[in-house]
Amino acid sequence: MTRLQARGLSKRFGSRVAVRDVSFELDPGAVLAIIGPNGAGKTTLLSMLAGGLAPSAGELRVPAEGGVGWVPQQTAVYSKLSVAENLRLFARLERVADVEAAVAGMLDQAGLRERADEPVGRLSGGNRQRVNIAIGLIADPSVLLLDEPSSALDPRQRARLWEFILTRVAGGTSVAFATHDIAEAERYAGQLLVLADGEMLFAGPPQGLRGAEHGSDLERAFVAFLAERGH
Amino acid sequence: MGLALRALLAKDLRILGRSPALAALLIIYPIAIALLIGLALSSSPALPRVAFLNEIPPDQATVQLGRESINTTTYERRLFQAIQPVPVATRAQAIADVRSGATIAALIIPAELPQELASASQTAYVDVIYNNNAVNQSLVEQAIESKLAQANAALAAQLSRVADSYIDLLLKGGNLNFLGSTYKILGLVRAHSLLQAITAELPPSSPVRPRVEQVESFAEVAVQHLGGSKAVIGAVAEPIGVKQEVLSGHRTPLNDYAVAVAVSVSLMFVCILLASGMLALEREEGTLARLRRGLVPAGLLLGAKALLAAIVGFAVSFAMLAGIGIFVPLDWARVGLWIASIAVGSVAFATLGVAMGAIVRDLRAASLLALFVSLPLVFLALVPSAAVSSALFDAIRIISAIFPFKPALEALDAAINQSQPSLLEALGHLAALIAGFGVVARLALRG
Repeated sequence: MTRLQARGLSKRFGSRVAVRDVSFELDPGAVLAIIGPNGAGKTTLLSMLAGGLAPSAGELRVPAEGGVGWVPQQTAVYSKLSVAENLRLFARLERVADVEAAVAGMLDQAGLRERADEPVGRLSGGNRQRVNIAIGLIADPSVLLLDEPSSALDPRQRARLWEFILTRVAGGTSVAFATHDIAEAERYAGQLLVLADGEMLFAGPPQGLRGAEHGSDLERAFVAFLAERGH
Repeated sequence: MGLALRALLAKDLRILGRSPALAALLIIYPIAIALLIGLALSSSPALPRVAFLNEIPPDQATVQLGRESINTTTYERRLFQAIQPVPVATRAQAIADVRSGATIAALIIPAELPQELASASQTAYVDVIYNNNAVNQSLVEQAIESKLAQANAALAAQLSRVADSYIDLLLKGGNLNFLGSTYKILGLVRAHSLLQAITAELPPSSPVRPRVEQVESFAEVAVQHLGGSKAVIGAVAEPIGVKQEVLSGHRTPLNDYAVAVAVSVSLMFVCILLASGMLALEREEGTLARLRRGLVPAGLLLGAKALLAAIVGFAVSFAMLAGIGIFVPLDWARVGLWIASIAVGSVAFATLGVAMGAIVRDLRAASLLALFVSLPLVFLALVPSAAVSSALFDAIRIISAIFPFKPALEALDAAINQSQPSLLEALGHLAALIAGFGVVARLALRG
């Protein structure tokens, strides 16, 4: 199996339902944007897909080869370690066969070769996020999950970050990312998944969400879509 | 598993090495503390400077009481054990020194002291002059009074021997030298024998016989009871003595106990702060969630943090103990037991540290929690049972028993000083706490 499949995924925290009955599929080389208001369950869904949270119900199938790489919303890197040391550590923990080759390859792909020996704490926000994503990719996963990857970046840094992600997509890596930036979702994602209060309200291409009355403005269409459904 | 543990340990050591302030602290701290404690325990406390004037002419320093000679300079030397004497020539100079602060008090032995002692009918006095500083006065007062009490006790014993010799003379007879003349004393024992012989020779009808018998009976009673009075005088010289007995084990000298306390406190702070801090740092950097996503099992992550803190804590504490050993004589033949007690103690403190790090959310909170929990534990563990009510002491004992400081201190004390409870008992207690706090840490990390 080469695609990610989620069937009826749900997650409860006590009596509170964080995610209810979410189903979708993600093909190799496809990009899925998960959008929704705050508290919709986007991070919970990504955590379940990443294996960090066990679903309360439903079924999850991940590609047999490569597995899943996860990039949390907060940059999860050791600021006192250099870029290369961070990558090397996670390559070892991921049991990558050739650690040094994987680190060298990732430094090149992320455009961080010249910054390899700099402590991550001294890097700009954009470069720190690239390290964050590079760690998620160090084991060469078939699926990359990103939680609001560009939320703290300026437009130039965001463009460079997506350039890096899209080179992986071109190589066949599937990407699912959560975002509040509707324009970013529309620009990079072939599919949208709309969540509100843990419920999946929409799954499909961006064009499907855009109503005729909102013209080309997906953000207005998205807000109207939620309002029509009481969110 | 081994690969992941090695990778995590190497990473944490590298991070520690790149925190220059923390690394310097870990190296400087044991050296500084070892030096301070070593110097404090090996050097004598500074004695208060006291102006000293002895007004007794040298040829009158010895007082003759009966057959006993009392040399007042002997008692002068006793006082010098408690003060640093600054000799002065006159009473006025002594007072001037105290006023100016050159000395914190003045001690003057008046010229009439030997006569007052010789009279044995009045108390002999030494004069002590203070400035108006209450702390200084208390310091000198305690030092002088303590040594004066010892001198008085020795003097009382000497006076008691003088009284004994007079009683012996009264009982057994002999020669009494007084004002240059020698008097022959019959003695009550011989007087009683003479009276018995006279009574035997008197006819039963003699009119003086009842009166002689009365005197003979008095002599007999006097002989019996005067002998007992020597014991009474001896008891007055030292009414209450102290016989010391330690119920079990080996009594730890205070200096050696101070070493065990200092090393235990350092071990606790290094291990708890490091373990809680390193785990809280993972949370703060956001890496905890990444590691917990199937990369590293929770038990391994907690174990790696505890192991690192325990290794560093062990190294720091052992270096400190060895450093103190330069100044304070320690039994190096027991070094294996020191190592065992420090090693188990460090794991116990480190496990408590990771439990704290797992409970709190950030580095500052972890450090604060570590300090707030650790400091009271030290005070509680050192509260002597006699200082508080039995109910409160029971509560303190329970609290001390559920945290590692008290058993770690007991283990180290047993290893260094062979004290009670035994090392094995203390190590068993620590092992139980390691298991308990390990479970707490595991549950807290799940939340």
